[in-house]
Amino acid sequence: MATTDRLTRTAAPEPLVSPVTLLRIAIILAVLAIWEFLAHSGLLYRDVVPSLLAIGKALFDLLSHGDYYFNLGVTAAEIGTALLIGGVSGIAVGILLGANRFLSKAFEGYLYYLGPTPKIIFFPIMIMWFGVGPGSKIALGTLSCFFPVALSVAAGMRQIDKVLIRVGKSFRASTWQMITKIYLPAMRHPIINGIRLGLGVALIGTLLAETKLSNKGIGFLIINAYSTFDMPRMYAMLIVLFVLAIGANALVGRFGGLEGIKRT
Amino acid sequence: MTIAASQQPGTRFVSPALVGVATLLVALLIMELLIQLNFISRFIVPPPSEIVASFGRVIVEEHVFSRFLLTLGECLMAGVMLTVFGIAGGVLMHRVKLLQQACETWVAAMAAAPLVLAYPLFMVIFGRNAWTIIMMGFFAALPPVILKTVEGMASTRKVLVNVGRSFNLTPAQQFWKIMFPAALPTIFVGVRLGLIFALINIVGVEFLINYGGLGQLINDLAERYDLAGTYAAICFVILVSVLFFMALEKTERWLRPID
Repeated sequence: MATTDRLTRTAAPEPLVSPVTLLRIAIILAVLAIWEFLAHSGLLYRDVVPSLLAIGKALFDLLSHGDYYFNLGVTAAEIGTALLIGGVSGIAVGILLGANRFLSKAFEGYLYYLGPTPKIIFFPIMIMWFGVGPGSKIALGTLSCFFPVALSVAAGMRQIDKVLIRVGKSFRASTWQMITKIYLPAMRHPIINGIRLGLGVALIGTLLAETKLSNKGIGFLIINAYSTFDMPRMYAMLIVLFVLAIGANALVGRFGGLEGIKRT
Repeated sequence: MTIAASQQPGTRFVSPALVGVATLLVALLIMELLIQLNFISRFIVPPPSEIVASFGRVIVEEHVFSRFLLTLGECLMAGVMLTVFGIAGGVLMHRVKLLQQACETWVAAMAAAPLVLAYPLFMVIFGRNAWTIIMMGFFAALPPVILKTVEGMASTRKVLVNVGRSFNLTPAQQFWKIMFPAALPTIFVGVRLGLIFALINIVGVEFLINYGGLGQLINDLAERYDLAGTYAAICFVILVSVLFFMALEKTERWLRPID
C-alpha cells in the first residue's frame, strides 16, 4: 500500500531585510540622490544645497574641533541650568495648583494660556534684567521650561489615586512627607513627561536666544555660519543639533519609563 | 494641603477668578510702588502705568493693526498649507500601511526636533521675506497634523466602516462619507496644535529676523530702547496669542461637543 507523507505547512521564510527597512533605505537613498542632483544642477544658488561630500567634510571638521565642544558645553550648561530652575519651580507650582482646587481655578488659566505664547518675544526683557551674557539665555530657557512642567504636574497631581492620599493621611504624614512619599512617586510619569516637553522648549528658547545675541554657544555658531555663508558648516551643525535634541528627548522618555505607557 | 482638603472654608464665597485678577492687580500695584520709590530702576522695568499709557501710542504710531494683519496673513497661509499637506500626508500614510510603518517614527522625531533653529537656512533658501516666515511656521507645525490625521483615520469605528461597506460605497465615497467625517474631530486637534506651533514660530522668526508684523514690532521697539513700548507690544502679542488659542479651542469644542 502506497503511503503518503504527512502534509505540513511550512512557514514562509523570513525575508532577510523587512519591507519596512527596505522602504526606509529606498527613501533615504532617494532623498540623498535628489540632494546631490540639486547640488550639482545649478538650479539653486551656489552653496545653498552643498554636496553631501562637502557636508560630510564639514561634519568631520566640526566634530574634530575642540572649539565646537566648548560651545556645546556652554549651551548644554545653559539648558541644564534652565531645566533645573524651570523644572523645580514648575514642579513646586504644579503641586500647589494640583493640590488646591481654589488656587487652580484662580491661576491655572493664566498658565494654560501663557504656556503656548512665543517665549522668544520676552528676550528683550531678559536682556534688560540679566544682561547679554548666559544669564539672559538661562532665563529665557527657564521661562520656556516652566509652563509645560507646571501644567503637566498640576494635571498629574489631580490624577493621583485617592486611595494613596488616604493611606498617607491615615499614617498622619506631614505635608513634606505627603509630597516626597506620595505625590512625587505617584506622579513620576507626568513629571517626566513635563520635563521632556520642558527640555524641548528650553532647548529651543536657549538656542534661539543665542542666535539673536551671543558670542558663544551652538546658537551663536549657527548664526555665525549664516553670516559668513558657510553653508556646509551650518548644515553639519543643524544635523548634529537635531540628532542631539531627538536623542535627549528619547533618553528622558526612556529613563522615565514613558515607552512602557500605553498611548491612548 | 491635599486634594480632599482643597475647598478651603474661608474661600467658599470668593470667586477664584476674582482672586486671580485681584492678585494680578496687586502685583502690578506693588511693582508700580517699587519702581516709583526707586527700589527697581525704571530703566530696567518701566512702571505699569507708563506701559498702559503707551498702549495708545504703540497702536497708533507703530501701525499695530496692519502688523497684526500681516502676522495673521502669514499664519493663515501657513495654516492652509499645513492643513492641505498635513491631512494629505496623514491620509496617504494611513492608506499605505508600509509607508506608515516606515515613516511614522520619523514624523514623530521631526516633531521633537527644534526645526525653528533652521531659520538661518530658510533665510538662505527663501530670502529675508515673508516666505521664510511662512515656511518656517509650516514645517515646524506639520508633524502634529500628520500624526493626528493618521490617529483619527485609524480610530474610525469599525461599525461605521461596515455600514459603508453594506451600502456598497466606492472607496472614494467610503473616504468622504465615512472615514473623513469620523476622523475630523481628531484631525482638528492636530490642526489646532499645528496652528499654535505655527503662530509661535511665525512671531518668533519675525522677531529674530526683524521682518514682518508683530514680532518685528517688539524687536524695533527694543532696539530703540523704548522700554514702555516694548512691554506694551509684548502684552499685545500675548493678548493676540491668547485670543487665538481661545478661538481655536471654541472651534474644537464645537466640532466635538460630546467630549
